[in-house]
Amino acid sequence: MNNPPMPDARPRFKRTRPVPAPERAEGALLRAKIALTLTIVALLLAAPYFLSEFRLSLLGKYLAFAILAIGIDLIWGYTGILSLGHGVFFGLGAYCMAMHLKLAASGGQLPDFMSWSGVEKLPWFWEPFASPWFALLAAIGVPTALAAALGYLTFRNRIRGAFFSILSQALVIVTVTLFIGQQGFTGGTNGLTNFDSFLGIKLSEPATKIGLYYAAVLLLGIVYALGRFAVGSRFGRVLTAIRDGENRVRFLGYNPVAYKVFVFAVSGALAGLAGILFVMMEGIISPAQMNIVPSIEMVLWVAIGGRGTLSGAVFGALLTNCAKTYFSESYPEGWLFFLGGLFVIVVLFLPRGIAGLWSDGIRWLSTRRDRHDKRSSDSGRNAEGGASASAG
Amino acid sequence: MSLLLLQLFNGISVSSILLLVALGLAITFGLMNIINMAHGELIMIGAYTAYMTQQFFQKYVPEAYFDAYFLASIPLAFALAFGIGWLLETLLVRHLYKRPLDSLIATWGVSLILQQLARTIFGAPNKAVKAPSWLEGGITLTNELILPYKRLFIIGLVALCLVVIYLYLYRSRGGRNMRAAMQNRQMAACLGVSTRRLDAQAFAFGSGIAGIAGCAIALLGPIGPALGTYYIVDAFMVVVLGGIGKLVGSLFGALSIGVLNTAFEYATSATVAKVIVFTLIIAFLQWKPSGLVSVRSRSLD
Repeated sequence: MNNPPMPDARPRFKRTRPVPAPERAEGALLRAKIALTLTIVALLLAAPYFLSEFRLSLLGKYLAFAILAIGIDLIWGYTGILSLGHGVFFGLGAYCMAMHLKLAASGGQLPDFMSWSGVEKLPWFWEPFASPWFALLAAIGVPTALAAALGYLTFRNRIRGAFFSILSQALVIVTVTLFIGQQGFTGGTNGLTNFDSFLGIKLSEPATKIGLYYAAVLLLGIVYALGRFAVGSRFGRVLTAIRDGENRVRFLGYNPVAYKVFVFAVSGALAGLAGILFVMMEGIISPAQMNIVPSIEMVLWVAIGGRGTLSGAVFGALLTNCAKTYFSESYPEGWLFFLGGLFVIVVLFLPRGIAGLWSDGIRWLSTRRDRHDKRSSDSGRNAEGGASASAG
Repeated sequence: MSLLLLQLFNGISVSSILLLVALGLAITFGLMNIINMAHGELIMIGAYTAYMTQQFFQKYVPEAYFDAYFLASIPLAFALAFGIGWLLETLLVRHLYKRPLDSLIATWGVSLILQQLARTIFGAPNKAVKAPSWLEGGITLTNELILPYKRLFIIGLVALCLVVIYLYLYRSRGGRNMRAAMQNRQMAACLGVSTRRLDAQAFAFGSGIAGIAGCAIALLGPIGPALGTYYIVDAFMVVVLGGIGKLVGSLFGALSIGVLNTAFEYATSATVAKVIVFTLIIAFLQWKPSGLVSVRSRSLD
């Protein structure tokens, strides 16, 4: 009779509620994630039907940026290496593509900017870009090779953390000054523009723009799926381990250098891919788009979205760019204040970004509902216990 | 021959400014593991202080004393940058110790805000600071070899700062504490060093030096809101090349980058020179990954 009600109340509680609260919260999170993903995919697929042509190509560009953001998230969020040089990889991809588009547009003649700056013969390294396939290959290959080379030379000597970030930033400065300085070969500050067609398809046609948009959606989907697969696998665990304790990984017999170089090269390749899409949609590439400020903005997309989650990177790229468009359209002066403030706020208060906020929010909602249910069932049980006690 | 000497002289004068900028970075990075991307904006603040002092002297001070404005602007710039550095440390940086990559992003945000602020207050176009008349002209050694007083003055100023910093770091109690905290923070704290206060002091001190560098830069050409970004990356390269924790490292780093840069610029062109210097630095790091001079330690993780 004096038995406390708890021991027999607990199995009863378990019977009525087979799933423990934390797991329930994870389940709620998973369901919310699936619902959100389906909504986003549906919206992206339907976008051409309700967006104007201008907005659609903006969105397409942001999707290209999202591909790049996945690359940055792999190297930064998962492996813990902050690269401030992704503008260069993006720019190199875009330039390789643009070189072909420029040659195609000038129809066998010398590109216009070359004759303006006194170059009389097509430089040797421009010649292979007459082939579209070579250009596509180079647009992925050149950034990959550069990333692999820089990564190998620095990671091999265990240069890491802030030192690597600074070196990657120096790479930006060097590349940008080089591109601006070699006006006859790169178009200088103006960059490359006035493209006409790719593989005979006119780039200015509305149908081409919709096609490019869907290409961006498709590529983003593929990259996202591959990224999911990679970070979910054993490989992804090694990356996270490198982030959290590189020397321990080394002691366990792995070679962190190979992993880091590989991830950095992949992330360079993704940036190059984003560059291809960008130049096809935007129709221009100039050194301004690979300079320090854009390079760091790319990192911000991932920081805002939430590093260490691929969906965070994608959302971050989409949301930040939408916000940027909105802000710079309505308050062109204030954009830099806003951007700077975002950096500070996200780093100080939201180190896990929107993705962290979102999953915390869902968990909180779910546990709160749980607690609410539990409280009502608790009061029911107390009433029951009271009844049995009085009966006893 | 004299042309070579002139190049060398120019290289040294570039190096001296780089050194002044890099010292603050090296102190904050070595001591607190903070990458201060807003350091460039503290240079900008120093430069605008010089501009403001000049405006003030033009308006309110008898013309006979106008030339003294530059001397007045140096301590002012130091004080202002020191104060802003202190504020920055108290409000933001202290939350970011042990998170160097985050500190990089957050301080870069601050740098954007400060730049935009300068653009809002002073306008986007560059402002010119008129050098005082006693710095016009130069020493004529031969026909081709003229050493401008401005650059000589800057070299002198940097040398003076260097001596003061040396005395502070190696001959004073505060400096000894700072070096102790750089080498082993926990141990220094155990022995009664208030590392918390030390951090704020060091950060503000580095900022103040950046302010002085800003004054020096204002002598050389027009100043604008983006002034700091031109120097910040080079200054970081000095830190990477020179190594952390010793004054000598920064000195050698700055000298080699400054002199090599001017030498290659003379031999090729400004853009190619940047590429060559960058490649050389990467190559050098293959040989000495932690820079020219670094404090040895056995710590691993």
